[in-house]
Amino acid sequence: MTHLTNLTLKIWRQSGPDDGGHFESYKVDEISDEASFLEMLDVLNERLINEGQEAVVFDHDCREGICGTCSLMIDGVAHGPQRGTATCQLHMRKFTSNVEIVVEPWRATGFPIIKDLMTDRAALDRIVEAGGYITAPTGGAPDANLIPVAKPVADAAMDAAECIGCGACVAACPNGAANLFTGAKITHLNLLPQGQAERFSRAEAMVEKMEEYFGSCTNHGECEAACPKSISIDVIALMNADYLKSKIKNRKSLSRT
Amino acid sequence: MSVDLVSKTPEGPIADKWESYKEDAKLVNPNNKRKFKVLVIGTGLAGASAAATLAELGYQVDAFTFHDSPRRAHSIAAQGGINAAKNYHYDGDSVHRLFYDTVKGGDFRSRESNVHRLAEVSVNIIDQMVAQGVPFAREYGGMLDNRSFGGAQVSRTFYARGQTGQQLLLGAYQQLARQIGLGNVRLFNRVELIDTVVIDGKCAGIVTRDLINGEIQSHAGHATVLCTGGYGNAFFLSTNAMNCNVTAAWRAHQRGAYFANPCYTQIHPTCIPQSDDTQSKLTLMSESLRNDGRVWVPKTPGDERPAAQIPEPERDYYLERMYPSYGNLAPRDIASRAAKRAVDSGRGVGPLKNGVNLDFADSIGRLGRDVVEERYGNLFEMYERITGENPYQTPMRIYPASHYTMGGLWVDYELMTTIPGLYCAGEANFSDHGANRLGASALMQGLADGYFVLPATIGNYLAPMLNKPTPGLDHPEFKAAEAAARARFQGYLDIKGTRSPDHFHRELGKIIWDYCGMERTEQGLEKALSELPALYDEFKKDLRVTGSGASTNQTLEKAGRVDDFFQLGMLMCRDALERRESCGGHFRVEYQDEEGEAKRDDEHFAHVAAWEWTGDPMNAIRNVEELDFEAVHLATRSYK
Repeated sequence: MTHLTNLTLKIWRQSGPDDGGHFESYKVDEISDEASFLEMLDVLNERLINEGQEAVVFDHDCREGICGTCSLMIDGVAHGPQRGTATCQLHMRKFTSNVEIVVEPWRATGFPIIKDLMTDRAALDRIVEAGGYITAPTGGAPDANLIPVAKPVADAAMDAAECIGCGACVAACPNGAANLFTGAKITHLNLLPQGQAERFSRAEAMVEKMEEYFGSCTNHGECEAACPKSISIDVIALMNADYLKSKIKNRKSLSRT
Repeated sequence: MSVDLVSKTPEGPIADKWESYKEDAKLVNPNNKRKFKVLVIGTGLAGASAAATLAELGYQVDAFTFHDSPRRAHSIAAQGGINAAKNYHYDGDSVHRLFYDTVKGGDFRSRESNVHRLAEVSVNIIDQMVAQGVPFAREYGGMLDNRSFGGAQVSRTFYARGQTGQQLLLGAYQQLARQIGLGNVRLFNRVELIDTVVIDGKCAGIVTRDLINGEIQSHAGHATVLCTGGYGNAFFLSTNAMNCNVTAAWRAHQRGAYFANPCYTQIHPTCIPQSDDTQSKLTLMSESLRNDGRVWVPKTPGDERPAAQIPEPERDYYLERMYPSYGNLAPRDIASRAAKRAVDSGRGVGPLKNGVNLDFADSIGRLGRDVVEERYGNLFEMYERITGENPYQTPMRIYPASHYTMGGLWVDYELMTTIPGLYCAGEANFSDHGANRLGASALMQGLADGYFVLPATIGNYLAPMLNKPTPGLDHPEFKAAEAAARARFQGYLDIKGTRSPDHFHRELGKIIWDYCGMERTEQGLEKALSELPALYDEFKKDLRVTGSGASTNQTLEKAGRVDDFFQLGMLMCRDALERRESCGGHFRVEYQDEEGEAKRDDEHFAHVAAWEWTGDPMNAIRNVEELDFEAVHLATRSYK
């Protein structure tokens, strides 16, 4: 175990949604390279409290990279420099002594700032509520093995289902688009046999809800690069295909009425 | 005012109890369900599945979570799998065998009838979750795959890579999201329960605090369900998420809900050892790794050679040696104590000598790296991110850590606490795991309670209340509870001492870990019970919370949670002291056999200890529910 010394943290402080916000610099010394990035912030916060100052507010919970609560733009990169890694799993051994680290909240119109580094990501829940589910009320399900799912299909659905809903894709996107998040949920459900009944209505409803809150995708691919689960932008292609098909199908069903 | 602990277990043979309960339970007509409001606190597996199902049935549901989204609850971090008695592999599994394994795994300290019901509905859970689109692992023919887990000799564990909890929670969350979208559930996010309100002997609702603006608000409901998880963070360092806390259950306890078996805490054998003093939490490595990893330490204390340079004859595969029939899959409590003894004997590995090896070299040799990667790839990556070491090349280092709590609010067969109208489900209650939980059973219990038990029992309580007036938010009890909540938070701000909540939490956790952790002694527990009140006094005099109560203040939130952990910690130690036997996760050094195995005392302790609040945890009253075993015979638990 070695220690990092003389780190300068330039952290975004904002007292509330209506405050303009500003950067503040804090010196941090003697951080173990075994510590996680958030543990370094813990050390800073403990010191701020000891000095009578208000601690820096940031979202975090499981610290195992699975709950999706943590966020942070670190040196301008969503979840920091390590690929496929959420901020809570980023460790200080990825940094060196004597550097400045800039820490900001997610930057996206769809995620208003609540305080300091904490943002409101509830719009992602609204997208799921619009159709990101399979309608199967409790009690009526058939035996689980009555619905065989080919292994490659189950694996592909699982690849998409790994999304932790952190919002890094939105924060990384120059347009603030949520296509990777929405595409991942649509792909997870639309690939599975159980998801076929609502496949097209789901794609339509979720895409349209997404567009109420977020920007449009122009294929930068920043989302995939920032995703802590390395979800492929292929899910966006599948979403677009199903959205298009849903529009055609809906025209057909409208013409029947 | 003591309450009789009546479990309300139905009469009849064990396999018929649940069916006969459902046949006799009172029902609420579909059109009348909308006249009842149910408050569901917590949106993990138990909470999300309960809220969604109750809303599907037609009840008005208000769901509360302190997270920004229901999907973030800590159920999401469960890795390995979920048990179900499907017997898809024809290896001799059955409802009875899952029931028996769970009772035995819990060291014969759980309520038989509840466990049997759990085993019965386990098969429905898998059906329900597949219908929700949970991408469980499949075999090439498209059928569901299984793996085996500790404490079982069959393969009954369903899994989704190393993220089973995540996928199950997302399934339940999606079902809940649908109900929110339809307007059947109102979601309150970033809101924390501060108090439960009891009027005329019934739970009338709750008081919450908005974590964004500090607003205190009351909510009235005909019934309230706490699905607020376990209290493992009492130890400070645990595998629980940072925000997991006991507050909801504890405040209910203070209003009359008995707290059962608080000393039953599970120390999970496979976690990454602590690396430095600023560590904020410990990370679990799934127990499923023990399917293919072999646990060992050097035979010689102080052996500092790298693992690869220690020849076979100089290694001690101690679990395989001591428990030949279960080997590396010995249950959690047994594997944890064995690891502690290995480290205490000076044979620990790693820079701080605080771990044991979990070695995959044999499996990689036998199965090939690809198969091992397919099974555990994401866990190996996670390990490497945290430690900087590659487990394909060097063994993982693991050590036990606080992980799960079997104790919790006492509930009857209907999952109702000792406060009528207040229910408790999932890890927050005490009911199904006795003194030790088997792997892959927590997900099963959370979903069993939320999907299948509560929706069937809650109507029995609500039906007689139809069209009867219930207390409104203008009732003085609500106003009094709101005022007390405001005073509580202002109180923390007004202390203006010198130490942060985390400082006290760390100190508290150290005492509980040292004296009420993996091994407990009478002397140690008495020491803890003299140190804890002193530290708690210091907390009340020297706490420092900066900032205000009118905007997001995580320091203030933490202060309230640490306050409750102090009181709980005292009760844990008292419970551990009074239970003069060893069972499951509760190991009293005084009560062990010649080989160091736990020695139960069925004559005096085959009961649940349910503690009653008196205003001071040091003076809580110990009530007893005797456990009757009709379907299983009390036996010494052996995994040899």
